[in-house]
Amino acid sequence: MFIIKHKKIFISISAILVILSFASLFIFGFKVGIDFKGGALTEVAYKIERPAQSTLQESLATLDFGSVLIQPTGDLGYIIKTRDLNDSEHALLLKTLSGGNKDVLTEMSFNSVGPSVGQELTRKAIVAIVLISFAIICFIAFAFRKVSKPISSWKYGIIAIVTLLHDVVIPIGLFVILSHYFGAEVDTLFVVAILTILGLSVSDTIVIFDRIRENIRNQANVSKVVFGEIVGKSLEQSYIRSISTSSTVILVLLALFFFGPVSTKYFALMLTAGMFFGTYSSIFLASPLLVSVEEWQKKK
Amino acid sequence: MIKKLILSIFILLLGAGIGFFVYKSETNYRKLPSGVKATSLAKFPFRLGLDLSGGSHLIYKADTSLIPASQVGDSMNALRDVIERRINLFGVSEPVVQVQHGGFVSNGGEQLIVDLPGVTDVKQAIDMIGQTPLLEFKTEAPKGTPQTATVDKDGKVTLDINSQFVSTELTGRYLKKATLEFDTNTREPKISLQFDDTGTKLFDQITKDNIGKMVAIYLDGSPISTPVVREEIPNGQAVISGSFTPTEAKTLVGRLNSGALPVSITLLSTQTIGATLGGSAVNAGVKAAIIGFLLVALFLILLYRLPGLIATISLCIFIVIILALFKLIPVTLTAAGIAGFIISMGIAVDANVLIFERVKEELRSGKSISDSISIGFSRAWFSIRDSNISSFITAVILFWFGTSLIKGFALTLGMGIIVSMFSAIIVTRIFLSTIGFIGEGRTARFLFSSGFSSGLSNNKSK
Repeated sequence: MFIIKHKKIFISISAILVILSFASLFIFGFKVGIDFKGGALTEVAYKIERPAQSTLQESLATLDFGSVLIQPTGDLGYIIKTRDLNDSEHALLLKTLSGGNKDVLTEMSFNSVGPSVGQELTRKAIVAIVLISFAIICFIAFAFRKVSKPISSWKYGIIAIVTLLHDVVIPIGLFVILSHYFGAEVDTLFVVAILTILGLSVSDTIVIFDRIRENIRNQANVSKVVFGEIVGKSLEQSYIRSISTSSTVILVLLALFFFGPVSTKYFALMLTAGMFFGTYSSIFLASPLLVSVEEWQKKK
Repeated sequence: MIKKLILSIFILLLGAGIGFFVYKSETNYRKLPSGVKATSLAKFPFRLGLDLSGGSHLIYKADTSLIPASQVGDSMNALRDVIERRINLFGVSEPVVQVQHGGFVSNGGEQLIVDLPGVTDVKQAIDMIGQTPLLEFKTEAPKGTPQTATVDKDGKVTLDINSQFVSTELTGRYLKKATLEFDTNTREPKISLQFDDTGTKLFDQITKDNIGKMVAIYLDGSPISTPVVREEIPNGQAVISGSFTPTEAKTLVGRLNSGALPVSITLLSTQTIGATLGGSAVNAGVKAAIIGFLLVALFLILLYRLPGLIATISLCIFIVIILALFKLIPVTLTAAGIAGFIISMGIAVDANVLIFERVKEELRSGKSISDSISIGFSRAWFSIRDSNISSFITAVILFWFGTSLIKGFALTLGMGIIVSMFSAIIVTRIFLSTIGFIGEGRTARFLFSSGFSSGLSNNKSK
């Protein structure tokens, strides 16, 4: 199996991607959205013509709304980001945007999140991430509860977790780059996407590992057969299946990305990346890693 | 054989029936003139979340610091009822008012979440809720309580009135009824209050303990009247005679009767989505779902031929069951919820893919079609179970983590996983065993093998 033969190349590709993701994370950093840090987001659409961005920037600067960020959207609209606004401040904002009711506009959406709500959500998100990670580690431990040779069960488990980290780190890296160039922000859906990737991609690795262990059991005398060959054979038996199951999910995700609502676009993209790298890693990373561990064990 | 055929036809008809229900209930609902009460099928429209229908979503924080811990739950429920009544006065259709208790995870204290579909004017929405008055009764602070006073630049000392009074348990929560009256002598309007049983007892106690002292009546945090108690009042009746105009007094009575707030609330966050934005999100969601379905169907049929076609039929049955459940439970659909549903379509056929791959493997090893099918199903079961468990665990925790946005996603995804176990395994199996009559000939083997090979050469490639 060429994947096992060239395992160093594939492990290196994954390692480079992970390092690049971390690098982009450190260079660009997370752009946290109002869901978590609090603030207000107002989207307006002008009826006839929208005023120049600089004019609005000037008139908004006179209000005490902290740093105001204005982004054009569509042909006639703006998205305005400010600190969280109360009722009267919101009315004042709309009045200023319309230049004292001169330019007719409709408010498409308004979202103001108080800082305490943001903090609460952050706390919830952290709890959910910890819980899901814990549940998935338990699930992996359960899946590999039976002892196996020549590699002990817990090593399969560790590799499954490493693979899983790989599957979420790369989409996160991708998102950070997107957020730098296209202004995507870390919101609730981002967290949901990460957690869903964890849930969806773990099974793929486990199924392939199960196949490997099944093939080892069926082999009358393991010591006579090279471990790498068994892994290669198992991969051959399961890679089409692996790619097919992910393909169906990726197909619907692409439909969601290209045709779905604007609010779930980045969500769909994150999940697509997660599914893609999840499948990639279960074939090109997890099994090669397993063989490397075995070879390293033998040398010792 | 006949039995299986009948069962298959029955499932198909049932699926078609559910599909008809989903379709008809939606079109009937659409045709409904506004204001007409829905009957029969039109009673089950899809329930759209605020991000799809447009509307306002408000989160209030309730200040429960003055309420004993054991009564917080009751007070919050009373608060919810009051606000519901207040909103109903304005005729908003299907408002949702819910209490979110503070707990280990949220730690955000008691919150009240108000969803107002169709109300896209935040100011109107906030007014609707905020106008409800908070009525409190306070007694004189005991002697020796530190008083806060401010000295202005003319040297005049103003005593801060709030520090002179202490809160009592008696609030508008225990109010039974308020009525507008006019003083027979002065013709000044006054408001007479009648407390309920608990309120009567509390008021009795307060008046008994404070004879000769002042009792302050606070409305929305400021004192409106500070009468001196002359005698104990056991019948639970009190009169507020501030300097009201008749109109003010009338509005106040109306507001008090619609329910005074048992707990004071402050607005934490607001979200408003315009109807046009919501409408375009619905269209996009439907479009993505249809295209997603077509892509998956194409993929299955190209790759697995006859079994692929059968899996596509099972997927149709999966879709109508899920949509019917969305209507019947009912599930509030949000953009994220639609995403969850679309993803679950992709996951739903995973089980079929696992089974068919296994069946192909068995066929390759020279087994007959019917043997391969039954072995394929039993061998693939463990993989199907494992992959569904991990996704399901995630959905459950996400649901529990839940703001409404995430709940919508987790719910549709979780439901999708459960229903897909049924459609992809049981329904597909019944259909597949029904078409066993096509035999073991060359054509049959061709129909059962991979779309990327002739199907016959597979025997050699083992």
